Amino acid sequence: MTVRVQQGDFDVGAELDGLTRGNRKIRGLAVFVGLVREMHMRDGLHRERIEAMTLEHYPGMTEKALEDIEAEAQRRWPLEATLIVHRHGRLEAGDRIVLVAVGSPHRDAAFEACEFLVDWLKTKAPFWKLEETPSGEKWVEAHEGDDAAAARWAKK
Amino acid sequence: MKVRYFAWMKRTVGLPEEEVTPPAEVKTVGDLVVWLRARSAGHAEALAAGAAFGAAVDQRTASFDAPLADAREVAFFPPFTGG
Repeated sequence: MTVRVQQGDFDVGAELDGLTRGNRKIRGLAVFVGLVREMHMRDGLHRERIEAMTLEHYPGMTEKALEDIEAEAQRRWPLEATLIVHRHGRLEAGDRIVLVAVGSPHRDAAFEACEFLVDWLKTKAPFWKLEETPSGEKWVEAHEGDDAAAARWAKK
Repeated sequence: MKVRYFAWMKRTVGLPEEEVTPPAEVKTVGDLVVWLRARSAGHAEALAAGAAFGAAVDQRTASFDAPLADAREVAFFPPFTGG
């Protein structure tokens, strides 16, 4: 049950070892590792490559929002362990940006809860991406698809 | 109270945060938005009626009809793009 927001990279293997150590009730871990993708965007006739971005966040609120999301996952699924590590600051294409890991006695619960956490953190945690393009910096706009992904977890 | 701005709103307003003392009739987040618009052209643009932005009161997401009550910190920001 851990949430961390940090500038530096994380070691996936070490994080997962730490998450499960001493807990023999866990049947499996579902893990999502988000990476910074090399992007191309069309701007009129020009095609621009985006190789880096800066991730701004709201210290204080970010941790609260991630803890709320984690607590909601715990209410919905039988979970033994959860971990969210999200980076901020300047990141380059290929860098790790987020780690979400969920351990449960049940495989289905682990998969579902992991997907839920990723969908919700995209729309409920205060992060903003500023992309570096050859013609200057651009704020990334929110995708409607992200809202739709988060909405499918709405309580029926 | 402290008002904070994030991402492009910080640049449009021209500052990351400011201390303000709104009058008693400013009772909700929405009232505060309207009141802040008068502070500068940057405020008016960032907090314009058609702009897409959200708010938090004391670091929790809040709707525009949420009461300010004894809020210490109100933040305005564009839709989130993390993950």
